Amino acid sequence: MAFKHLIGLQDISKEDIETILDLAKSFKDVILRPIKKVPSLKGKTVVNMFFEPSTRTRTSFELAAKRLSADAVNLAIATSSVVKGETLLDTVKTIEAMQIDIVIIRHSVSGVPLYLSKRIKSSVINAGDGLHEHPTQGLLDIFTIHEKKGKIAGLKVAIVGDIMHSRVARSNIWGLTKLGAKVRVVGPSTLIPRDIEKLGVEVFTDVEKGIKDVDVINILRIQLERQKKNLFPTIREYAMLFGINTEKLKLAKPDCLVLHPGPMNRGIEISPNVADGSQSVIEEQVTNGVAVRMAVLYLIGGGKKDEDTSD
Amino acid sequence: MDKDLKIKSEIMDKDAISRALMRIAHEIVEKNKGAKNIAIVGIKKRGDILAERIAENIKKIEGVSVPVGAIDITFYRDDYSISAKREATTTELNFNIDDRDIILVDDVLFTGRSARAAMEVLIEYGRPKTIQLAVLVDRGHRELPIQANYVGKNVPTNKNEEIVFELGEEDKVYLAEKKGGK
Amino acid sequence: MKTLLIKNGLVIDPANNIEEKLDVLITDGKIEKVTKNISDKETKIIDAEGLVVMPGFIDMHVHFREPGFEYKETIESGSRAAVKGGYTTVCCMPNTLPPIDNQAMVEFINLKSKQVGLIDVLPIGTITKERKGEELAPIGELFKAGAVAISDDGSCVANSEIIRRALEYCKMFGIPVIEHCEDTNLSTDGLMNEGYYSTLLGLKGIPKAAEEVIVARDIIIAGEVGGKLHIAHVSTEGSVELLTWAKKKGINVTAEVTPHHFTLDESMLINYNTNYKMNPPLRTKKDIKALKDALKNDVIDVIATDHAPHAELDKDVEFSAAAFGIIGLETAFPLIITELVSTGILSLSSAISKITINPAKILNLKKGTLAIGADADITIADINKEIEITEDFFGSRSSNSPFIGKKMKGSIEMVIKNGKIIYDKGVLK
Repeated sequence: MAFKHLIGLQDISKEDIETILDLAKSFKDVILRPIKKVPSLKGKTVVNMFFEPSTRTRTSFELAAKRLSADAVNLAIATSSVVKGETLLDTVKTIEAMQIDIVIIRHSVSGVPLYLSKRIKSSVINAGDGLHEHPTQGLLDIFTIHEKKGKIAGLKVAIVGDIMHSRVARSNIWGLTKLGAKVRVVGPSTLIPRDIEKLGVEVFTDVEKGIKDVDVINILRIQLERQKKNLFPTIREYAMLFGINTEKLKLAKPDCLVLHPGPMNRGIEISPNVADGSQSVIEEQVTNGVAVRMAVLYLIGGGKKDEDTSD
Repeated sequence: MDKDLKIKSEIMDKDAISRALMRIAHEIVEKNKGAKNIAIVGIKKRGDILAERIAENIKKIEGVSVPVGAIDITFYRDDYSISAKREATTTELNFNIDDRDIILVDDVLFTGRSARAAMEVLIEYGRPKTIQLAVLVDRGHRELPIQANYVGKNVPTNKNEEIVFELGEEDKVYLAEKKGGK
Repeated sequence: MKTLLIKNGLVIDPANNIEEKLDVLITDGKIEKVTKNISDKETKIIDAEGLVVMPGFIDMHVHFREPGFEYKETIESGSRAAVKGGYTTVCCMPNTLPPIDNQAMVEFINLKSKQVGLIDVLPIGTITKERKGEELAPIGELFKAGAVAISDDGSCVANSEIIRRALEYCKMFGIPVIEHCEDTNLSTDGLMNEGYYSTLLGLKGIPKAAEEVIVARDIIIAGEVGGKLHIAHVSTEGSVELLTWAKKKGINVTAEVTPHHFTLDESMLINYNTNYKMNPPLRTKKDIKALKDALKNDVIDVIATDHAPHAELDKDVEFSAAAFGIIGLETAFPLIITELVSTGILSLSSAISKITINPAKILNLKKGTLAIGADADITIADINKEIEITEDFFGSRSSNSPFIGKKMKGSIEMVIKNGKIIYDKGVLK
């Protein structure tokens, strides 16, 4: 069975997540061989619509689509043209007119991918919307953890940083809790959103307690401009209280993995030693990102019916 | 086993399968004038099990170990737009296939589409000298111009029938019918 | 002599404590008699058997968008919406372009209202010039021209000194100062109630405190300097508690709630439907309970719609870019019946008082009553009849309503304005 859209990990089942992870394993095998391409999405058109600057995620999706033999196009949408009065509805009409099969969208406003998915015939993949979700990042984080730890259920995972403004945190929380991990969020109390514990996570504002004995630390990027909004007094103080360095890392389990969705502020939320240390899987996250996105595109791009034709 | 299938008759028992695989091994060696340049590649899932057995047989006959590989064709299927498989495994080809005589092995030859996809995978990995096809059962109904070089047994079938395998302790091949004419 | 006789209806006139099956005789646009078994052969008779006969409704909080935003609503289309909802008097907020901050603008609204000639559209003037919150508008001039209240609605008067002076100054005219309570330092960029759902949806929250700190500030100021303070669109339990305290202290404060705030809660934003985006935002089920209790205890005096029409181009956009607000005139009465009366929270009479005599008193209007000699503004409804809200049903130029497709009880059957039938069973006359 194939599904039509990927808006968030909130909406998909544990089984769907597991299917994506299994397929991603096969695709990782594909991208590690000399010829990194399979013909699955031949003839399909995939468009990257990024209303927010991003090199990493866009490139990852583009590679994933191309390695599935899809025709991948990047629609560079200058935010200025949107300001000039091109409405989202115009965007919808443009997409429809271009006969696109899959739209990958990144937008600064929460809810835009869902909005699009209700109005266009194409499939929609959310590449990050506002503060809402970034499902493929969540999936690649989970895939990376699973690859290293062999399981997700029962693991203690600490997400550290600006939880409030993080779509990565939300997708991780949904995905990890569905697969049975024990998730903690750790950050300054001004950056912990209201009632987040109702999502099934434990909240810590003391980083040393928060990362004690955890199996995984996922460190979020801190947007330096948040300081101007009085969410924390100085960058220096943030680094002192919440930056993960070698000393703090010792509080976690000895084999604790360190993840970061990138791009990193070295020396602020993560010390260079930790970023480049033996427990860091940050580079592998990037490789895995392509495999996971191939799995998502593969599942969304094909399969009109449910029936199995294994011969 | 698929519960929508009803067993009609047994096609091959353990001995028959074993004899067929031995005969195929002999034919491969004979046709390729020995086993020096051969590699056996099974199409997952099941072709890889048969490939191992054929390789064992060749070792018995010629005394040489031939390289054995397995390929997963999930991402190469041409019925992808009709049905996206939710499961895939990995391709294991840990030897250079350039200029080798590759024996592709599958359990059943039916429409020919799996064999076509398998050839596509092989070609991505290199340029074999030849690609030959060995199947345990040929049930007819080809949709592509593909023919097996080595056949265990020809079994005339209807399109609504299925070939069912049990490979393990008690190897068996059955002919089954889809229930309710689905 | 033009006369009209409404027979056999259940007359509800909270101003005169009447809730009885009576006949109403109208002569020359005024109520002549309300008593049993009136018979008059010369009159046109309306049989109101099984129906409820009430004073025409008053909505003290609507946005008719004219001038400046006629693509959303006009005084004419707004009046049509009002009539369909059973309203014969509405007060339009001054956040137009230009705003109603001078005599000419007040006269423009009055003139337009007369030209349309359906209902009374009464202007509310601004508190400050250009609604900038910096200097008092010419309130005396606005009052003399016919403004019934002042408000910077849509914006809060941030400067405490200015709200103090407005309250003091208005004592000379006896008109209320209507405050939109929102501390924008706390609510900037906010899109919905701050809480579990804003966390879930990744939308910036508006804390309840943003409303409550201003409610508290204003009632404290009103307690000290007097004046008539009216709190617009109360949305939180905390505001209700503050109002309860203020009323107990004898501070001259009144308050209104909208039908959507006592009906809908924040969880309905789950699909980012912009028709649930309003300011103040939809709050929690607990707040709804407090608002309903406040209506019951008369801590909240008035139900006002905050009718806020927006065109598709304002609403069918990214959630953050979408305009706040929904239309409410046509759905108010059915929501009051369905949510408050059928559920036993309010008696029919008490519910009607909040859309008739209570706002009339706050605004010093000789309306909202069926007293002898009063203007014959009458609304007749079938409170048991179920209606389905459809886009076609709206008189408004906009259809930004989350209630489309919903079925409710309470159907407006007839509206009489100054003794003239202006609406009869779905048809505007």
